[in-house]
Amino acid sequence: MIAYHRPASLAEALAIRAAGDVAVIAGGTDIYPAHTARRAWGEPTHKPVLDITAIPGLNRIEKTEAGWRIGCLVTWAALRCAALPPLFDGLKAASREVGGAQVQNRGTILGNVITASPAGDGIPNLLALEARVEIAGPGGTRLLPLAEFLTGYRATALRADEIATALHIPRLAEARSGFVKLGARRHLVISIAMAAGVLAVQRGRIAEARIAIGACSAVAQRLPALEAALTGVALTQAAEVPQAAHLAALSPINDVRASAAYRREAALVLVRDLLRGLAA
Amino acid sequence: MIAFTLNGKPVEVEAPPFAPLSDTLREGLGLTGTKVGCEAGDCGACTVLMDGAQACACLVPTAQAQGAQVTTIEAEHPVLARLRAAFLAHGAAQCGICTPGMIMAAADLLLRVEMPTRDQVADAIGGVLCRCTGYTKILDAVLDAAPAATPMPEAGAAVGAAIARLDGAPKVLGTDRFGADAAPAEALWLRVVRSPHAAARFTLGDLEATRVKLGLAAILTHADVPGPNAFGIMPNLKDQPVLAEGFVRFRGEAVLALVGERAAVEAVRDAELPITWHPLPGLHGVEAATAEGAPQLHAHAPGNILVRGRLTCGDVDSAPAAVSAEGTFRTAFVEHAYIEPEAGYAVPTDTGMEVVACTQAPYMDREETARVLGLPEEAVRIRPTACGGGFGGKLDVSVQPLLAIAARKANRPVRMIYSRTESMASTTKRHPALIRARMSADTEGRFTAYALEADFNTGAYASWGPTVANRVPVHASGPYRVPHVRNRTRAVYTNDTPAGAFRGFGVPQAAIATETLVDDLAEKLGLDRWEIRRRNAIGHGDVTPSGQVLHASAGLPECLDALKPDWDAMLAEVAAQNRGASRHRLGAGIACMWYGCGNTSLSNPSRMRVVLSRDGTLTLFNGAVDIGQGSTTVIGQICADALGLPLDRFRFVIGDTALTHDAGKTSASRQTFVSGRAAYEAGRDLRRRILALANAGDDARLSLEGTTLTVTDAHGGRRIALEALPEDLEGDGHYDPPTTMLDAEGQGIPYATYGFAAQCALVAVDTALGTVKVRRIVAAQDVGRAINPTLTIGQIHGGIAQGLGLALMEEFIPGRTENLHDYLIPTAGDVPEIKVHLIEDPEPEGPFGAKGVGEPALVPTAPAILSAIRHATGVTLRQVPVLPHRLWEALHVR
Repeated sequence: MIAYHRPASLAEALAIRAAGDVAVIAGGTDIYPAHTARRAWGEPTHKPVLDITAIPGLNRIEKTEAGWRIGCLVTWAALRCAALPPLFDGLKAASREVGGAQVQNRGTILGNVITASPAGDGIPNLLALEARVEIAGPGGTRLLPLAEFLTGYRATALRADEIATALHIPRLAEARSGFVKLGARRHLVISIAMAAGVLAVQRGRIAEARIAIGACSAVAQRLPALEAALTGVALTQAAEVPQAAHLAALSPINDVRASAAYRREAALVLVRDLLRGLAA
Repeated sequence: MIAFTLNGKPVEVEAPPFAPLSDTLREGLGLTGTKVGCEAGDCGACTVLMDGAQACACLVPTAQAQGAQVTTIEAEHPVLARLRAAFLAHGAAQCGICTPGMIMAAADLLLRVEMPTRDQVADAIGGVLCRCTGYTKILDAVLDAAPAATPMPEAGAAVGAAIARLDGAPKVLGTDRFGADAAPAEALWLRVVRSPHAAARFTLGDLEATRVKLGLAAILTHADVPGPNAFGIMPNLKDQPVLAEGFVRFRGEAVLALVGERAAVEAVRDAELPITWHPLPGLHGVEAATAEGAPQLHAHAPGNILVRGRLTCGDVDSAPAAVSAEGTFRTAFVEHAYIEPEAGYAVPTDTGMEVVACTQAPYMDREETARVLGLPEEAVRIRPTACGGGFGGKLDVSVQPLLAIAARKANRPVRMIYSRTESMASTTKRHPALIRARMSADTEGRFTAYALEADFNTGAYASWGPTVANRVPVHASGPYRVPHVRNRTRAVYTNDTPAGAFRGFGVPQAAIATETLVDDLAEKLGLDRWEIRRRNAIGHGDVTPSGQVLHASAGLPECLDALKPDWDAMLAEVAAQNRGASRHRLGAGIACMWYGCGNTSLSNPSRMRVVLSRDGTLTLFNGAVDIGQGSTTVIGQICADALGLPLDRFRFVIGDTALTHDAGKTSASRQTFVSGRAAYEAGRDLRRRILALANAGDDARLSLEGTTLTVTDAHGGRRIALEALPEDLEGDGHYDPPTTMLDAEGQGIPYATYGFAAQCALVAVDTALGTVKVRRIVAAQDVGRAINPTLTIGQIHGGIAQGLGLALMEEFIPGRTENLHDYLIPTAGDVPEIKVHLIEDPEPEGPFGAKGVGEPALVPTAPAILSAIRHATGVTLRQVPVLPHRLWEALHVR
C-alpha cells in the first residue's frame, strides 16, 4: 500500500517532508492523472504521499500590508468567489478555464504553480501579478519571486524538504488585468497558447504594463520589451503596440495541439486581443 | 478507518487512503452508480458532490473524504428527482454511462441557481463528457423545471410515440449495471501486459519463478490459449492473437495476462517481468506500408494489402466532362471514446464458460470466445451488461477471450476493467484514409463521372478492414445520379493500432472527399451549392452505381427541399455579417449522404421471439443489444403494435445468448430495420395465433387483463383464459434483408434499403487564430418512419457531435494521444444549436416503414462544416481534423 501522511500541522508536515521523499498532495488534480498515466504502461508504484489538506489555515485569502496572501489550499473556485479588486480579474478568468468545474473546485492555484507545466493556466497571470512564493522549510520561511521559483519545464526551486505555503501578490494602484486562452475546444482543454496581462492605468495612459505568455516556452514568460513599449501609451492605442519582435524570446514547440509557427503568431494575436479587452 | 457522510448517512470504510474515492465508493462501499471513465479528471463520469461542490471522485484521495459530506447519484433529493425525470422525458440519457456524472454536475448548479441560463448549464456540465447525445437534450433536460413524460401509448399507438426509453430508469438512478459494475465476490483480477513497441520481437524468461515472487495465481502466455490463438471479425481472417507469440505488430498488443488477487495484480511493475524486447522499425501509415521494399507484416498479405474493393459502372475515362475537380484528402485515426472502457468477467460453468461484459455483438463474441477456448459455441454463454457506448468499437472482442482463457486456467471467476489508456491503445479506431478522387459534370451541373482511389490504414490486424474496403466503393460517389463511376479501395496493414468499425465504416471519410468535389464543381459552374446537390439528388426510380434501382424510400430530394429555407437564411446571415468583416467571418456549408442499412451483400438475419405465457406475462426475447441508441424501446414499440397489445404489458429479455435468438450485431444501422422487422414478424405471428384461437379477423382488437386475453371484432368479444391453454402462446419472427452478391465490378444489390440525409452548417471563423465555432446545424434525414421521434432525433444529435469532432478536433496518434486530455472530443460548449427535419419516406421492407438512423447522421456533418469554413474563408481544407493551426496555415502560410 502506498504510504499516506495527513498531518494536522505544518511542523509535522515539514518533518515528514524532511524525513523522506514524498509527493505533496492538495487538490490531487495533477497527482492522480500522472499516476494513471504511469500505471497504464505498467508502473503502478508511487512515492509516499503527504496530504497537506488537514493543516488548518492554509486555505485563506488574506490582505497583508503589501497586498494579498493566497494560501496554498485556496482553490480556483474559492479564488473566483473571493472579493478581490480588478487586479485579479485575469486570474479569475483563468479560474473559469482550468479543467472543468470539478477541477476548479479541488485544484489549488499554488498546485498549478508547483506542477510547473508550460501550459499551466495560472502561471502567466501570476507572473504578471509579480507573485512571490512563500516557502516553508526546516530553516524557516523564504519568499521567492515566481520567475525564480520556476526553473524549467515542470521544474521548480522547491527543495525536497520544503513546502510552498502561499502566494504573495503585491498591490498595484489603478490596476486592471485580463487573461485570454486558446484551445481546440470549449471546456476541459489544455492551452495551445495564452496571454495574461496586468496594467496600471493613469489618466488613460499605461503607467505600468506586465504581460506574460504561456504555453509558448518551457516556462511561461514575461515580455519586457513589449512592456517597455506599452508604458506611456494611451490604453485605447495599446492593442496597436505589440509586434512580432516583442515575442522573439518565446520558443514554442510543435506538438499534437499546434505547430510552433502557429503558436508564435497566435501569441501575438492573443496579446493584442488581451490589450483590446483591457481597453474596453 | 475513514468516516464520512454518504448520501446523508454516516459511513466508515477501511480503504487505502490514497485510493481514489471513486474506487472506494465502488469497490469498498458497493455504490457503482459513480462511473469511472478515465481516472484522470478528463471525463467527469465519476462526478460526485463533496460538501455540495462537484468533484471528480477519481481525483479525490479517500483520506480527504474524512468528515466530508459526499453525495452520489444514489442519493435521494428533490433536485435529483427532477433531473432524473427530465433526463428520461428528454431522452438525455442514451447509453447512460455519463448520466450519473451529468446529473450530479447539473445538481451542483441547480442547488445554487434555481433558474440557470443555458450558458450556465453548459459551464456546469462542461467537465462531463458525453459521446452519445450531442449534449443538446441534456441541456434541455437541465433547463426543464417541470418535466412531463409522454404517457405510455394505448394498444396500437406505440409506433410514432416519443416515449421515454424503456430501459432508462436504472440509468438515471445509477443502478444500471455496466461491464465494471458487478462481478462475483470470489473473482480474481486480470491485467494485461501490453507491448510498448509498435513492432518488436520478444522473448520470455522464467515466468513461473516470477509468478511465485509476485504472488500471482497465474501468468498466461499464448501457450495457455486452449484453442487457436487467433481472433478476428472475418471468418477467413482470424489474424490477431489473444496473446502475442514472440512478435508484436502494434503498441498496445497483448503479451501476457496477469491473474491474481487485485492488490497483487495491480502492484506488478512491467519492468519486473522477464520480457526481453527487441524493437523493430515499424510501418506507420499507408505510404510506408505500401512503399517498395516495406517488410510484409502478415504472410497472407503481399504488399501489406489486406483486401481491395472495387466498383465500376459506365466508362469514367470517356465520360463527357464540361468541368472536373479533383483532390487528395486525408483523415486521421478517430477514437470511439465511449465513456465506458471495456470491462466484464468470466465464470467457468459445468458445460463451458459464461462471459458477462459490455458488447455490441453477443453472438459474435460467443463464436470468438468458443474458438479460442477450443469449445463448441453452445458451451459458451454471453450475457451482455449495459453497454456504455459502442459506436462500432465494441463489435470486436476485447476482454472476452482474455477473461475466458484466464477463468479456464484458474478455474475461478476472473474479472477485468480496461484503463482508459489501455482501451485507447488496444482497441479499434476509425480507419485513416488517404483518398484521391475526381468528379466531373456537364455544363448544366449534372454529374457525369466520379473516380476514387482510397487507401485505408487498417492497422496491425484486419478487424473490419474488409467491410470498409467494400462499403466505400458502393457509396463513394455520394447520393447522386452519376452514370460513370470507378472506385478502387485498399485496406492496408501497418504497425499502427488496428482500425475497425466506427459509425459509417469508411463512408464518412469518403464523403469528405466527394462533397468537397461537389463544392468545387458548383464553384466552377457558378451554381449554388444547394442547387447542384438538388439537381443531382438520387430519388425514386433512379439507379445507383452498383446497378440497383431505388424503388422506394429515397427521400433525399425531400431532405434538400426541407433544408432550403434554412440554407437561404444561413446565406443571408453570412452575407450580412461578413460585409466589412475581415477577421471574424461566418460561413455556410452543406453536404449530403446516403448509407446502406445492414451488411454489404452479406446475409445478416435477426430472429425474435415473443411469448404470451399462461400466467399472463408477455415477454419479448430480444437478442439485439441496446448500446444507448434505443433499440430495446424501438423494437418493443414495433412488436407491441404488430401484436396489438399495449407496450406497457411487455417485459423484455435482452441479448443473452442462452435466452434469446441471434439478432445479429448492433452495427450497420441495422437493428431498427432488421431486428425491428423480425420483431414485427414475431408480433404478427403471435397475433395470428391469437386470432386463430378466437376465430377472429385481423381487424380485431386485443386486450389483456391478468390471464384473460380478450379479442374483440365486429362480431363481439371472445375471452381466452390463458391459464387454461395447453401451452404458452409464442410468436416467432425472422428477417434477413434481401440483397445480392456484388460481382467483380461491384454490381448488384448490396443493401435492401438506404438512409438519406442532408445537413447545412453555419460556422464562425476567427481568421487570425484559425479557430472555428460551429453555430448552427440543420439536419434533414429520411428515416423511413420515426418509430420514436425522441430517440431518432437523439441519434441525429449524437451523430452531429461526432461529425463535428471528426471535422475539427479528433486525431488519435498511437503512443501520443492515448487519454482524453490529449485526444479531444466535443464538450457541452462545442455543440451548436441543432434543428432536425425528420423526413419519412416509408421503406416497404422496414417495420412500419422504418430504416436505419444511427450512422447516417454522422456522415454529412464534417463535409458540411468544411464547406462552411471554405465559404467563410475561401480556403479548402482537404485534411481533417481542421485544428486551429491547420486552418491558420491554410490561410496564412504560402
